[in-house]
Amino acid sequence: MTQMTFARAINSGLRKSLENDPKVILMGEDIGTLGGVFRVTDGLQKDFGKHRVVDTPLAESAIMGTAVGLAYRGYRPVVEIQFDGFIYPAFDQIVSQVAKIHYRTQGAVKMPITVRVPFGGGIGSPEHHSESPEAYFTHTSGLRVVSVSNPQDAHTMIQQAIASDDPVLYFEPKRRYHDKGEVDESIDPATALSMEKARVVAEGKDVTLVAYGPLVKTAKDAALAAADDGVSIEVIDLRSLAPLDFATLEASVRKTGRLVITHEAGQSGGLGAEVAASITERCFYHLEAAPVRVTGFDVPYPYSKLESHHLPSLDRILDGVDRALGRPNSLSGLEG
Amino acid sequence: MFTDELGQGGIAAGGPDNSAGHHGGTGESLVQLITPGGERVSHPQYDAWVQDVSDEQLGFLYEDLVVIRRIDTEATALQRQGELGLWPPLLGQEAAQIGSARSLRDDDFVFSSYRENGVAYCRGVDLADIVKVWRGNASAGWDPFTVNMATPQIIIGAQTLHATGYAMGIQNDGADSVAITYFGDGATSEGDVNEAMVFAASFQSPVIFFCSNNHWAISEPVRLQSHIKIADRAAGFGIPSIRVDGNDVLAVMAATREALERARHGGGPTFIEAVTYRMGPHTTADDPTRYRDANELEDWAAKDPIARVKGLLERKGLLTVQLEARVAAKADAVARQMRAGCINMPDPEPLDIFKHVYSTPNSWLDRQEDHYSRYLASFGDPAGTHSEEGAR
Repeated sequence: MTQMTFARAINSGLRKSLENDPKVILMGEDIGTLGGVFRVTDGLQKDFGKHRVVDTPLAESAIMGTAVGLAYRGYRPVVEIQFDGFIYPAFDQIVSQVAKIHYRTQGAVKMPITVRVPFGGGIGSPEHHSESPEAYFTHTSGLRVVSVSNPQDAHTMIQQAIASDDPVLYFEPKRRYHDKGEVDESIDPATALSMEKARVVAEGKDVTLVAYGPLVKTAKDAALAAADDGVSIEVIDLRSLAPLDFATLEASVRKTGRLVITHEAGQSGGLGAEVAASITERCFYHLEAAPVRVTGFDVPYPYSKLESHHLPSLDRILDGVDRALGRPNSLSGLEG
Repeated sequence: MFTDELGQGGIAAGGPDNSAGHHGGTGESLVQLITPGGERVSHPQYDAWVQDVSDEQLGFLYEDLVVIRRIDTEATALQRQGELGLWPPLLGQEAAQIGSARSLRDDDFVFSSYRENGVAYCRGVDLADIVKVWRGNASAGWDPFTVNMATPQIIIGAQTLHATGYAMGIQNDGADSVAITYFGDGATSEGDVNEAMVFAASFQSPVIFFCSNNHWAISEPVRLQSHIKIADRAAGFGIPSIRVDGNDVLAVMAATREALERARHGGGPTFIEAVTYRMGPHTTADDPTRYRDANELEDWAAKDPIARVKGLLERKGLLTVQLEARVAAKADAVARQMRAGCINMPDPEPLDIFKHVYSTPNSWLDRQEDHYSRYLASFGDPAGTHSEEGAR
C-alpha cells in the first residue's frame, strides 16, 4: 500500500497499461511535455516516448477521430479531454463513430478507446471548466461510462477501462485530484471488482444514498453526520454510470425502502432520473417514499462565486434525506 | 458573397474554375493525359507515372469503368423496383474511382464516403455486400479487414480523421502502407476534414486526401463551399496537392501513384482534387432538376470518362470485337450476380437488433432483449421469426 494523490493514482494506472500493452497510446493536449494541465500524465512521455504519449494539435474532434483510425489499426488509444466543457467538439466522433462502429460492422471492428474526462466543479474556474456532461454519454448506446471516487478505484479502473474492448468514458472528479488515499498498486485489475459494479461504501438501514465521482466523499460525510442524528444511511458509489448496477441498487433499496440520488449535473434527464425511474419500476412495493434527487440546478454551470449554491452540499443532501424519511425539511408542507 | 453564376468573384488571377458549367473541369492547371476525344496527350511530369500501363491493362481499366457503371445502373434499377431503400449513384465518377483504387496495394487501407462503391468493387467486396446497407439488411455490408476498406461513412468528412489516425498507426508500426480517404467537395467545408489535414501535416502521416469534386453537394454548388480551387487549400496546411481531370482514368492513376510513392517513403500526406461531375442525383431520393441546368449535364456528358477510354482504345486499334464482347459479358455477369445476391439476401432476425452493440455482455441490453423476446414469444412464436403484424 502506498499513500498517493488521486492524480498520481491515475498516472500509475496509465503507466501500468503502457507497460503491459505496447498497443496502448495516450493522446491529448499538453499531456506530453507538460504532463497534462493537472499533471495526470506527468513523466509518461519521457519514459514511453513521443509516439506513445502524443501531444496533439488543439482539435478535440480530430483527437477522437484519429483515435478511431488508430483503433482500426489495432491500437488501444487513451484520449484525454482537457476539461469537461471541451468535449463537445468531439461529440460527433464519440456518438456517431466511437459508439457505433462495433454495431455498424457487426462486431468486426472493435473500438477499445478510453476517453478520460476531468469533470465537475468546485475549483473556482471560469465557464466550461466545471461541467458534468456524463448523461449525454450514458444516453448513447455503445458506450460504457464510469466515474471514479477514490485513488484506489482510479488506479484500478483506468486499467480496466483501457483493457475493455468497448469504448469507455472515464470521468475523473477534478476537485479530488489532490486528495490522498491508500493505493495497492499490485491489485490485478482483471480480478478486482468489475468496473461495472457499484460498491456499498457505507452500510446503513434507513435510506439508500446514491452518488458517484466527486460527491461520494460528500455523501459519506453526510452519512457520518446523519449517524450522529440517529439516521443510518447506506451510501452507494455507482462507479459505473452505464450500465448501472441495478442488482446492487435494488438490494439496498429493498432493505432501506428509501432512495436519495445526488449528482452535480442538472436534474432534468440526468442520471438521477434514470435511477429513480428504474428503481421505482423494479422495487415499487419496497419503497416507503418517492425517490428524492439532490442535484445541480438546470442552469448553465454558474460563475464561481455562486458554485457553492449549485453543488450539492452535505447539508443539502441531508435535507433530501429528511424528505425521503418524511422528517421536517425545507420543502415540508409543499405538495409534490 | 457570390458574385455571379460562375461565382468566383475574381479572387485569383488565372481564374479558378470550380464553378459548374462551361468552365468546369478544364482549367489550365488540370492534369490530363487523355482528352475527352480520346487522344493521349503527353505531360512532362505525369507520363512517367503511367508509362508501364500496357495495352492489355488499358483494356482492363476500360472493363472496370464499364462494370462499375453497370453496377450503378443495376443498383439504381433495384431501387426503382423496391429492392433497395436508397442508392447513391456514382454515374460520371467512374474514372476517379477506378484510377485511384487500381493504384492501391492490398495492404493500403481505404476510408471512403458512401459514393465510392466502385472503389469497393476494386477492393474485392462481394457484390451483394455492396448493396446490403442500401437494402436495409445491415448498417455495413462487409468486414473492413477482409478487404482493407472501412465501410462507407455517412457523416460527411468524418472518415478523413479515421484515415489520418490509421496512417499515424502505420507510422508507429514502421510499415510502408498508406491510408487513402475519399470525400466530396461539400466535405471540404467540414471541420473534420480541415482538422484531419492539420493532424496529417503535423505528424507527416502517410495519408492521401482524395477529393472527388463532383461539383454538387446535394443541391449546393461547389462555389458555395470554396471561392478558390479546392486543391489550393492544401497549401495552407503545408500539404502538397494536385488537381487532376477526374474523368481521366490515367491522369487519376498517375496522381494517385505519385501520392502513394510520396507517402510510402516518408513524404507525408498529399491532397488530390479529382475534378469530375455527378451526372445523376445525389441519391435516388433526390431531384436535381430543381437546382441545376440541363446544359451543364450536356457539357459534362461530352467529357464522359468511359467514352474517352473507348476513344483511346479505338485510336490505338485495340477496341476489338473480342474486347467489347468480353467487357459486355463481364458487366452482364456482375449485374446478374449482384441482383441475385440482393434479392436472395436473407432478412435479419428481430433479435439481431441487440447484437454487437457491445463486444461484451451488457446488463441493460440483456434485460431489454429478454423482455422483447418474451413479448415476441407472447404471440406464440418463440423464435420471434415473424414480424409483429405477421404474428397477429
